[in-house]
Amino acid sequence: MKLKEIIERCNLRVFTPEVNFEDIDITGGYTSDLLSDVMAACEAGSIWVTIQRHLNIVAVAKLKEIPAILITRGLVPEKSTIEKAQAEGVVLLGTELNSFEATGKIYCLLKGIKGA
Amino acid sequence: MMIQDTVSETNKFRFVYLIKPRDFSNAGDASANVKAELQKHGIEPDVIRRVSIICFEAEMNIVLYTKGGKLIVEVDDQKVDILALDKGPGIEDIELVMTPGYSTAPEWALEYGFGAGMGLPNIKNNSDVFEIESEVGKGTIVHSIVYRRKNEIKGNN
Repeated sequence: MKLKEIIERCNLRVFTPEVNFEDIDITGGYTSDLLSDVMAACEAGSIWVTIQRHLNIVAVAKLKEIPAILITRGLVPEKSTIEKAQAEGVVLLGTELNSFEATGKIYCLLKGIKGA
Repeated sequence: MMIQDTVSETNKFRFVYLIKPRDFSNAGDASANVKAELQKHGIEPDVIRRVSIICFEAEMNIVLYTKGGKLIVEVDDQKVDILALDKGPGIEDIELVMTPGYSTAPEWALEYGFGAGMGLPNIKNNSDVFEIESEVGKGTIVHSIVYRRKNEIKGNN
């Protein structure tokens, strides 16, 4: 599914307007706040759902080929994180939903489950 | 850039990175650079995937827990050889730190999503050869090898 569609359907906030997400495909998702867990288990092409918002999440995303990070619970990434994400071409997103709700919603979209 | 020196021979190249302690604004850069270099040299994607995990965890360990150190990555036709060296404080009980879930991370590191107790196990799980040596007061050496042509090297019979 196109990232653009997920952003629209879930009404996500985009923190990195300079990163072009028109053609990004999302093939799965992973929800975790532990960086080593994401390093171990998140598949490339996933959207990563987390409350972490410091600089190092961009490094993790870049290494794991995670095109987009969704920061939940209305939390806002640090300025340095946004700058790094813009520079590295990682899409940073935000939502007022918590990680459980956001994950459920995106899961339904990706699996084509109605009522999300 | 953190590359200290790059030695290039035919079919063999080496990258050395100095890793500073508590340097979070640059943490992950060495691993990102390793990944970019391996991609440039056409190394197999699965090897790059594993080396990236190993380098990131080794780099973060140096940043979080040590007085600084080095990450040395050597690539040839057969393998990628990763050496992470630090200046201490060293590990008292290696078996304990290899236990998944065990961590000595301080509170602030936990809040940043570090200290899951998965770093060294992640390195081991992605390595074909894994060695760790440590001396309290001196430092720790983590050595890891990822083979590029596994079937040829390990035999496929």
